[in-house]
Amino acid sequence: MRRLFPLILFLATFTTLAFLVVPIAAIFLRIPPGDLFVALGSDVARDALIVTVETTIVAQALIIAFGTPTAYLLATRTFPGRSLAITLVELPLVLPPAVAGIGLLATFGRLGLLGSSLSALGVEVAFTKIAVVLAVMFVAGPFYIRTGVAAFGEVDSTLTDAARTLGAGPARTFGRVALPLALSGLTAGAALSFARGIGEFGATIMFAGSLQGVTQTLSLAVYEQFDVDFDTALAIGALLVVVSAAVLLTVKLIPSWRRSTSLFPTVSATSASS
Amino acid sequence: MASLDITLSHGLRDVRLELTLEVGSETVALVGPSGAGKSSVLRAIAGLLRPDVGRIALDGTAWLDTATGVDAPPENRSVGLVFQEYALFPHLSVRANVAFGATNGGLVDDVLERMRIGGLARERPARLSGGERQRVALARAIAREPAVLLLDEPLSALDAHTRDTVRGELRELLASLRLPTILVTHDFEDAASLADRVGVMVDGRLLQVGTASALVAAPADPFVARFTGATLLHGVAGPGRDGLTRVVLDVGGVAFTTDVGVGRVAVAVHPWEVAVSRTAPEDATVNHIEAPIDSLVTIGNRVRIRVGPLAGEITTGSAERLGLREGETVVASFKATAARLIQLA
Repeated sequence: MRRLFPLILFLATFTTLAFLVVPIAAIFLRIPPGDLFVALGSDVARDALIVTVETTIVAQALIIAFGTPTAYLLATRTFPGRSLAITLVELPLVLPPAVAGIGLLATFGRLGLLGSSLSALGVEVAFTKIAVVLAVMFVAGPFYIRTGVAAFGEVDSTLTDAARTLGAGPARTFGRVALPLALSGLTAGAALSFARGIGEFGATIMFAGSLQGVTQTLSLAVYEQFDVDFDTALAIGALLVVVSAAVLLTVKLIPSWRRSTSLFPTVSATSASS
Repeated sequence: MASLDITLSHGLRDVRLELTLEVGSETVALVGPSGAGKSSVLRAIAGLLRPDVGRIALDGTAWLDTATGVDAPPENRSVGLVFQEYALFPHLSVRANVAFGATNGGLVDDVLERMRIGGLARERPARLSGGERQRVALARAIAREPAVLLLDEPLSALDAHTRDTVRGELRELLASLRLPTILVTHDFEDAASLADRVGVMVDGRLLQVGTASALVAAPADPFVARFTGATLLHGVAGPGRDGLTRVVLDVGGVAFTTDVGVGRVAVAVHPWEVAVSRTAPEDATVNHIEAPIDSLVTIGNRVRIRVGPLAGEITTGSAERLGLREGETVVASFKATAARLIQLA
């Protein structure tokens, strides 16, 4: 009995790891690495990569531009309805992507809440790159904002108070004190948001469709290609594995950067005195 | 001559802050137990706390006036605030910390040299000792060239050894700056050595403001007396012989004082006024309390001794000569001129 329990723990862990690792490894093992590179050169893969890069850059830039001030306000101000506002930000995190897709269609679609006015102005949103960007922002943005609220919330308010008494207005206090101190947390949030955005599928396919060279992102291309050209689907899958692993590594490395900032002066101090 | 005028009324969590204070080109220490509202006064002056009602003005210019709706933001008040834990920016070097609020970039190196932290200019705060951090915090506040200096427990984060050194440096700095300065501390010794005037704050109110020696000589309140280090003997006062006041003590016995009072009183006696002997001495002292020694604690070259209700301080030499032991009965004596009378309600 005493020997049995550690054995159960070991077997369960081994099975779990194998279950998680084998499908990822299979992507790389099914065909030679050289063929994966060749498959990535196909038109479908190239178009999907371009669409993904374009929409990701725009979406993540907008998420950071709007999310950072939003997170700062939610973290530092107390006002009635603050908890409600934070809960509303969190809602898309738990929402099924298909619901996000139908919601976006009901808002920006041709017959949607805002879509009819936009279409009168000659702007069509649904099934365009704009729709891809909006879908990614809707599902991925909350990851950045939620992490950002926590990051700004951890900044010692005495430090921002000190900045104010030293003559810095609210904007300079934000830029010189709150933002640098929250930066590692914000970077982690951006990485999470980026990873979620790259993997976006459900909302995008409903709201933006899967048109090659227009709205077909890498994730959508994997789905489109798997019964047409399995090798291309595998190659795109392999690319996404590499990107996702890089993101994970970034998030894991951030805390050690933060620690290293306190070690860094040791180096500069010794070099200064020598 | 600069003048900072403060009138405040503000509801804190436990107490109501009610305070009127005028500070010229001098250092005023606010002392009192924690929770008395001392730090809130500093935060209100700096603009980090908006009082319910009040007026704060420097040389007649209002920073805050709830009657007219004036409330200047912190960055527009010429204040140098040194926080209790110093609040140095951890991501900036010492030099960048000091330069953060500097009105004139050329001043930064002067201030660094003056505070003897020039050699630390490139260090991060995490690498500094407590005393060094304190000097950086002061340098940062001074580099702003403030009109008012506010120090929140400037010595409390330091160990006892560093504290003595830093206290001396701080006294010199304050004397050379001659700014209206408010210093918050819970330590009467710090207040007495750094401040021109000391205000004793309890439960949001100023009980007494005066020079440290005035507070010792004439405490207006039992709390003030205890804060200056005196022990209190409660009793009932009435006229006595030779024009002295006679106090019948609650613990038994009587005490005489040259102060005048009647009814419920407290007699305040400072430890350095108390003499200890085996038998009542035939000298000028009129007050003798015979009781067993409760405790004997040696602090450096002095011995703090508790005899019944009284605390006294004698030299280690005297204690050895008398061969004092805990539990032995001795006589503690003090002169009628050294017994301060505090009238109780």
